[in-house]
Parts: sequence; structure tokens; C-alpha cells
Amino acid sequence: MSMKIIGYIIQKEFKQIFRNKAMLPLIFVLPLIQLIILSNAATFEVKNIKFSYIDHDKTSFSRALIDKFDASTYFNVTTDFSSSKMANAAMLKGEVDVVLEIPQYFERNLLKEKKTDLSITINAIDGAAAGVENVYINQIVQSFNKKALVTLIQPSDLKNRQKNILSIPSFWYNKTLNYKTFMVPGILVLLVTMITLFLSGMNIVREKEIGTLEQMNVTPIKKHQFIIGKLFPFWVIGLMLLTIGLIIARIIFNVPMVGNIFLMYFYTSVYILVILGMGLFISNFTDTQQQAMFIAWFFVVIFILMSGLFTPIESMPKWAQFLTEFNPIKFYVEVMRMVMLKGSNLTDILPQFGKTLLYAVVMNGLAVWSYKKVS
Amino acid sequence: MSIKIEHISKSFEDVTALKDISFEVNEGELFGLIGPDGAGKTTLFRILTTLLIADNGSATVAGYDAVNNYKDIRNHVGYMPGRFSLYQDLTVEENLEFFATIFGTTIEENYDLIKDIYVQIEPFKKRRAGKLSGGMKQKLALSCALIHKPKVLFLDEPTTGVDPVSRKEFWEMLKRLQQKGITILVSTPYMDEAALCDRIALIQDGKILEIDTPQEIVKHYPKKIYDIKADKMYELILSLNTYEHNHSVYPFGEFVHYTDQRDDFNPTELIQFLEDKGLENISIQPTEVTIEDTFMELAR
Repeated sequence: MSMKIIGYIIQKEFKQIFRNKAMLPLIFVLPLIQLIILSNAATFEVKNIKFSYIDHDKTSFSRALIDKFDASTYFNVTTDFSSSKMANAAMLKGEVDVVLEIPQYFERNLLKEKKTDLSITINAIDGAAAGVENVYINQIVQSFNKKALVTLIQPSDLKNRQKNILSIPSFWYNKTLNYKTFMVPGILVLLVTMITLFLSGMNIVREKEIGTLEQMNVTPIKKHQFIIGKLFPFWVIGLMLLTIGLIIARIIFNVPMVGNIFLMYFYTSVYILVILGMGLFISNFTDTQQQAMFIAWFFVVIFILMSGLFTPIESMPKWAQFLTEFNPIKFYVEVMRMVMLKGSNLTDILPQFGKTLLYAVVMNGLAVWSYKKVS
Repeated sequence: MSIKIEHISKSFEDVTALKDISFEVNEGELFGLIGPDGAGKTTLFRILTTLLIADNGSATVAGYDAVNNYKDIRNHVGYMPGRFSLYQDLTVEENLEFFATIFGTTIEENYDLIKDIYVQIEPFKKRRAGKLSGGMKQKLALSCALIHKPKVLFLDEPTTGVDPVSRKEFWEMLKRLQQKGITILVSTPYMDEAALCDRIALIQDGKILEIDTPQEIVKHYPKKIYDIKADKMYELILSLNTYEHNHSVYPFGEFVHYTDQRDDFNPTELIQFLEDKGLENISIQPTEVTIEDTFMELAR
């Protein structure tokens, strides 16, 4: 009897979801467009840096340095300015990102005194980009420096030559440091989370809004029947989104799938329970879909920004790092990357899985407890 | 006793919705709760249908306590809220089937109870509920409220916003349901519908003004009522209000219902007064007391 009622509610929910012609593309098409666009767009690489210079020296050395920037794929050498005043004006207008000022006697000082200064100005409106640009510039200047040293070294100096330590980095699990490999699992996580949270959060509130909840509440239907019946369809939709997302990741982005697919599904199926519990909890404390949407957004934005998806958790302040321990999205991002890229097994993801499971139990417990048939 | 309400009170923050309400509804009775918007009708319905818990007092429905045995009540009552609250994106048939399933029954099992009503909307059973007309929505809502064969039926302003023909049909349906042994508690702001009930309770500002059969309630009216008519309605009301002996003046359709303070009221005197005010074609006729008059008198 109980199962029959739950089954009937599920059937009813699916009918309603598939009848909502406006909602269906929103659920399935938009997230996938987002996956494709975001995965291509959200990289941390900075390219096409607008590079300009002021060359007070005008020697073969200064030109060689500028040529090195020109040869780099990251920099577009746009202009040379005759004075720093003009360069500053161009920076203010946003025409250039980086200004390199080569002082007079650059070559002479380098040859005679073996040292010289360079002035570099970076537009730091976007702090993250400026940091990356700084690293690029340093790399180029250092490599120039090395070459220059070789040219400058006299045979007598040979024994004093500093020993260079050359590091050869090797990026495991993502050999080419391909950002898409890294981003796709993360963005897939976002989509599964957002869609299931918004849908479940708004669903019960919608019944409140149209008055059907009151009608349901006078029926002998049990709390658990109603809740399971209402949330199960979104659990299915979440897993469907994961499936479509994985297919796209494989076909379009060629993301490696080293790990066990079933482990991903197993983890996701528990993870979605956390999100559905949250959605139900939100809808218990709101009266309109608008309110539910705002609260859902509030949590989603915090969870996403503190998930380690866009900014590394290691660079956050201590208190923020502590807070991320309560972020289910963080665990999900970690698990997806671990399983997809590294082939981690259940034992490896056990800490994340345990926390997620605990979260699911607590969240759903709270949600069911706060759902009342009587006002 | 099908419904028993004892000293029920309910407040919402700074508003008192119900003040010490007590009454009883007999088994198989068609009982009307008559009062204007905001009188507390819906609050009382919500308490009786276990959606709300009263601050004070107790209520039993079909022999079950509204607080302790609320689960039994939910199995044995049908509730039709004032606002249409079925699934608009499901069809007529799907809605009915849904509520039947939730109550652990089937449409076939209780078909004879809803047959009268449902046959009228059956031709549209594949249509989505949201696309039905007002009268048809109401019939569907009633069918859904009846599908589990309830002992008590609660109808909260079922005819508000429904056309006069559908209203009349609806009351005929209620009469037939009553004959099948279902106790019906219906609320309405329309005084003309009150006359169709077995007994009525007049309610205002959360207080019961009077409870009796419509016939008796009318008899309790203390005054003699006159229909007054003249060419200029608005000026007629203004003039009557300035008449020193008036007791009450209410517009009532094309007439003004007038009562006088004196027992030996003489219409000719009033005609003279009105003519002096410049009104023409004045007629004054004694008339029947309606429930609306009683309500207005009690609510003064």
C-alpha cells in the first residue's frame, strides 16, 4: 500500500515535469551548454597579454630581450613607447597590460657590472591575471639572463660560474596540464548540484504557492511517502545529468576516465541525497519560489566559491579552510577528480564518502523533522 | 453529533481570528457558516480539518478529536478549500485518480457517490484541470473531495466566483449528497445561499452572532421592514439617513430596506419628508425579512 502511494506520487511528479514545456529544456539543455562553454572558457591560463615596452637603450641586448617576449605565445607585443608618460596613459586607457622599461646603459651595465635593473609595470585590476603575468615575465627574463651570462662569461670566470639547478616538472594525472581535464569534472559537479538543488527547493514551495500542499495535508498521506515521492524524481534527474555530462566529457573534451564509472555513480547517488535534503529544508522555510530561489543561490554561490573549483583551498585563510570542511561540493569535486583522473577506488575516497553520507543523514533528518503537515 | 466545537479560540499574532466559538452540527445536516470576508470562517475550517491547532477549546469531527486523532479525521473528511487547489497540469481524470490512490481507494469503488457530479465533467476528462472553466473546476474539486466517501464534507466558500447558474446547480448537488448521509459544513458570504441550509451560524469578527434554522433566524428580526424606492437612489439613501426616526437604512437591490424606531410608523409621514427633500416617484411597501437583514441587524 505504502509503496503504491509512493509510486503513484513519483509517477505524478514525472508527468508534471515532462509536461512543463518551459522547464524541460532548462533542466537538460542549458546545463549542457554551460558545461561546454564553461569548460572551454574557465581556464587559469592568461593569453594574449598586451605587451609594450620603452627601450631607452636601443642596443642588440635590449632588442634581444624584446624579441624573447615577441617569440612567446603569451605576449602580443603591441607598441613601443618613447616615454613612460605615454606608456602610463596607454595603461590607464587599458590599451596595454604590461609595460617593460629598459633603462639606458642596459647593455653596458650588464657587460661591465654584470647586473642591471629592469622596470616592469603590470595592470593589476585583475589580481589573479597580474600574478600569472608576473610569473611569465620572470621566466622570460630569467631565461634571457642565463643566455646573456653565457655570452658574457669570460674563460677566467668559468670556475666561478654558478651552478644552475634545473627542475623538470612532471604533472601526474594530467600530463599536459590541460585545464579542461581539470575543469570538466568540476563543472559537471556544479551542474548536477545546481539543477537538483533548485528543482527540489522550488518543487514543494510551488505546491505551497498553488495551494495543493494544503489539499495534500488533509489527506492521510504519510510524511515519508510524500517526501520520497516528491524527491525521487529529482534524484533520477541528477543521475541523468551526470550521465549526459560524462558522455560529453568523454566525447567532446576527451577527459580521461581512469577510474570506475560505477564508483562515480555510487558516490553521486549519495551526494544527491544531501542536495535534495537541502532543497527540502529550504522549501520548508520559504513561502514562495522566489524566496526559495534566493536562498538556494546564496548557498550555491558560497559552496562553489569555497569548493576549490576556481580557487585553491590551500590559498584560503585558515578559518575559510576550516569552513570548507562543511562544504559537500568540495568533497564531490575532489572525488570526481580523484576517480576520473587518478582512478581512485572506494578505499581512497572513503573519507569524503563518509562525510557525505553523514551530511546526507543529518540534512535529510533536519528536513523531514522541519516538514510539518500542520501549520 | 457529527461536528462538535467547544470554546474554540485562535489568534494570529495581533489578530484574533476566532473568539470562543461553540456549536454542533448533527449527522447528515447541511450546515451553513455565513459571514463576510475576514469573519474567521476559513480559520475555523482549517482547525476542523486539522491544518491548524486552536489556542483554546476542543473540537471533534466524526467522533475524532481534532488534535489527538487528527489522522482519523484526515481519513474521514473531505475538504474543498476556497481556492482551487488541484494540480492544474494534470488532467481531470489524473487528478481524480491521484486523490483516489492517496486515500487508498479507486474511482470505481466510490463512483456512485460522485457519479452525478462527475458525469458533467467526464467529457473533458483528458483536459488539464487548469484549462477548465470555473464551474467545472469546482465540480472536479468536489469530486476529488468526495472520492474517498468522507463522512463529513467541508466546503470553504465553494461558490465564490462562480456564475449564478453553476451556483444553483452546486447547491442542488449538495442537497443530493446530504441525502446520501454526508454531513456538510459549508461557508459562504452569500446570504441568499443561507436559506438553502438546514441550519446556519452567522459569524462576524470571529464571533458567532446567532445559530438557528434560516426560518427561525428571520423570525427573530425585531422590526418591520419596508422597501423604499424613488427615482434617485443615492439621494434617497442620503435623505433617509437624515430622517430622525430611522433605525436602519440599507440598499437592497433596487430598493432600500428601511426600519423605523417607532412601533407606530406611518409611511405617509416619511413620503412627505422625502418629497420635501425633492425626491419623486416614492413608494413604500412592507416586505419580507431576509437573512441579510438579520445579519445586518445583528452586526450593527
